[in-house]
Amino acid sequence: MHVPDGFLDAPTSVGTAVLAAGFVGFSLRRAVRAELDERTAPLAGLVAVFVFAAQMINFPVGAGTSGHLLGGVLAAVLVGPATATLVLTVVLTVQAFLFADGGVTALGTNILLMGVIGLWVGYGVFRLVARLLPRRPASVPVAAGVGAFVSVPVAALAFVGLYAVGGAAPIPLATLAAAMGGWHVLIGLGEAAITFLAVSSIVAARPDLVHGARGLLPRLEIRTPEAAQ
Amino acid sequence: MSTRRLVGLGLVVSLLVAGVLSVYASGRPDGLESVAGTLGFDGTATDSAAAGSPLADYAVHGIGDPRLSGGLAGIVGALVVGLAMTGLVLLVRRRAASRTDGDV
Repeated sequence: MHVPDGFLDAPTSVGTAVLAAGFVGFSLRRAVRAELDERTAPLAGLVAVFVFAAQMINFPVGAGTSGHLLGGVLAAVLVGPATATLVLTVVLTVQAFLFADGGVTALGTNILLMGVIGLWVGYGVFRLVARLLPRRPASVPVAAGVGAFVSVPVAALAFVGLYAVGGAAPIPLATLAAAMGGWHVLIGLGEAAITFLAVSSIVAARPDLVHGARGLLPRLEIRTPEAAQ
Repeated sequence: MSTRRLVGLGLVVSLLVAGVLSVYASGRPDGLESVAGTLGFDGTATDSAAAGSPLADYAVHGIGDPRLSGGLAGIVGALVVGLAMTGLVLLVRRRAASRTDGDV
């Protein structure tokens, strides 16, 4: 869904860049205060590498179209939503400048769509679904899959909203919304599957490192050396 | 599994995805490109200022073999992303730590 340069006019691109910068600043502060600690910080780099790698894998979704993982909810469940916004910002920035994937003037737009709107709405859905499911670690990948599924059409429709504000061509908005929503529901299924599998494997190996599993693990007992002997 | 082992294993999987599996990715237009093509606004896209990058479009400039070129671009990108994210985390955590020390 990387928006190239030229799809949105200059004022809209400036606006999204300012908004994106504000959210990234907020995420920097929140990530340090509430998410990154001694144990989870090493996971943040890995999640960024994985999201970049997985975004290279376009899967066909029919009629000459493909999609790839966005990774926002995947990252948010593993390392926390604010850290995830930073992960997507790093990935999208490297893609824009090194790989010419997503425009340079559109970088703020892409961060806003994939690293903020889709990610935080999808993470909200994850939290809601996790609350409805049994309180155990095995529920985390399921809720993550549902949140991931929702995040993709949400980001796509947010693009339609931006296009309504500053699109370069006069396209009927209902037609654009139907086309973007339709394709991205299909791509969302792939997003859900990859997110479910990736979160499942980390939850299986080290549930204590998974941000979205906080509070779902059995409490540790403190035993004195005497009691242990 | 230790954190170090988990991160190591995850990195190996990610580098295989970026360096090898990526060669088999679908070359079809993605959702947005496809919609832009159907509705006829794909022509409004302009070349990125980074279009001249030696890694533009996930290919290493000057390497003809598409598998080698694409795989290498993926591995370089994955390493750059990993270093950038790790560096950012270290930087913000260090700054936050020094600020807290200052408060005491």
